[in-house]
Amino acid sequence: MHELSISRALLDQLAGLVRQHNATGVSAITLCIGPLSGIEPALLRAAYMQSRKQTVAEHADLIILPAAVRVLCQECAAVSEATPARLTCAACACSRTRLLSGDEMLLESVDLEFGA
Amino acid sequence: MRGLLCENDRAAGHNRRHFDLHQTLAINLMSSPGAGKTALLEASIEALSATFRIAVIVGDLETDNDARRIRAKGVPVVQITTGSACHLDAAMVHDAWHQLRNEPVDLLFIENVGNLVCPASFALGQHADVILLSVPEGDDKPAKYPVMFRCADLMLITKIDLLPYLADFVPERAQRYMNEIGNPAPTLATSSRDGTGMDEWFGWLRRLHAAQGHPAEVAT
Ligand SMILES: Nc1nc2c(ncn2[C@@H]2O[C@H](COP(=O)(O)OP(=O)(O)OP(=O)(O)O)[C@@H](O)[C@H]2O)c(=O)[nH]1
Ligand SMILES: [Zn+2]
Ligand SMILES: [Zn+2]
Ligand SMILES: [Zn+2]
Repeated sequence: MHELSISRALLDQLAGLVRQHNATGVSAITLCIGPLSGIEPALLRAAYMQSRKQTVAEHADLIILPAAVRVLCQECAAVSEATPARLTCAACACSRTRLLSGDEMLLESVDLEFGA
Repeated sequence: MRGLLCENDRAAGHNRRHFDLHQTLAINLMSSPGAGKTALLEASIEALSATFRIAVIVGDLETDNDARRIRAKGVPVVQITTGSACHLDAAMVHDAWHQLRNEPVDLLFIENVGNLVCPASFALGQHADVILLSVPEGDDKPAKYPVMFRCADLMLITKIDLLPYLADFVPERAQRYMNEIGNPAPTLATSSRDGTGMDEWFGWLRRLHAAQGHPAEVAT
C-alpha cells in the first residue's frame, strides 16, 4: 500500500511548513486527489490517521477534494468528461486525447496554528 | 499548491541527471507479479550484452532470486529489498545507482516490484516505462489498471507462446483497451520462451538508445 509512503511524504512537507513559518502546529489540510493519481482516498486517510501521531498534524482535519477526469481531444479540440478506464473524446470518439485533469495529488492548502 | 510527491519528483530529476551525464538509457520495467520481467531481462542480456554495457537494479520484496538469476548472466546487479514497500522510489534507485557506478553503463534496466498499482505514482528518473502484460492475466488489464498502463511508453504482451492455450486473450483487444485510456504507445508480442518478438523488442531499445544521442556500440 503506497498510500503510507504518500502519507509520510505529506507529513514531511507539513513539518517543513511549520518550521518555515514558525508555527506550532497544523489545524487543517486540504488535498486534491484525482482518480488517475493512483491514490485511493480512503486508504490515504487511513494511512494518515495511522502515521500522524506525535507529528505537527496530530489533530489536523484532513479534507480530500475529488477532481473530475477531463480530456482535451487532439483531433476535434472538444473538452469532455471522461472516466479513468475510458479517456476517449466524447465528441468524436477518438483516442488521441490529452488529460486536462484527473491525475492530481496536490496539497491545496494548510491551516497553520500559532501559539499554545 | 504542491504535489504530494514533489520530494520524490525532485529526487527523480536528480537521478535523471546522473543517467544523462553518464549517457545511460534507463528503462523502468513494470508488471503484475510473475509476468516475466526477469525472464525478459535474462533473454535481453544474452542477446544485447555484446553491444551494450548493461546493468540492472531489481526491486524484490523478500528474496534475492531475481538478482541471482540476472547476476548469472554476467552483468552487474543491485538488489533493492523493499521489505513491505510495494514499489521503488527515486531515493532507493539513487542509492542503488551509486552502488553501481564504478562501471559505465549504456542500458540500465530497473525491474520494479511486481504490482500494477503502486509503482505508477513514483517517478524514478527513467527515460521510458515498459509495461508487461502476460497472456495468462487476461487482456482487460489496461482498463482495470489505467493509472499504470496510461504511463507506459511500450506495452509488451509477454508469454505469447501461451496464446494457443488461452483463447480468451485477444491481443487486439488489449491494444484497444490501451487506446481507450488514451495511450498511443506501441505494443509488441513477445515470448522469452521461444523468442517470438524479441528482435522487435531489441529494435525498440536500440532506436531509443540511438535517439537519445548515445553511441550505438561500445568501442571494442
Ligand atoms: N510460457 C512462458 N513462460 C514464461 C515466459 N516468461 C516467463 N515465464 C515464466 O513465468 C514465471 C515468472 O517469470 P519471471 O520472469 O520470474 O517473472 P517476473 O515478472 O520477474 O516475476 P516477479 O519478479 O516475481 O514479479 C516463470 O515460471 C517463468 O518461467 C514466457 O515467455 N513464456
Ligand atoms: Zn500499495
Ligand atoms: Zn474529438
Ligand atoms: Zn546523486
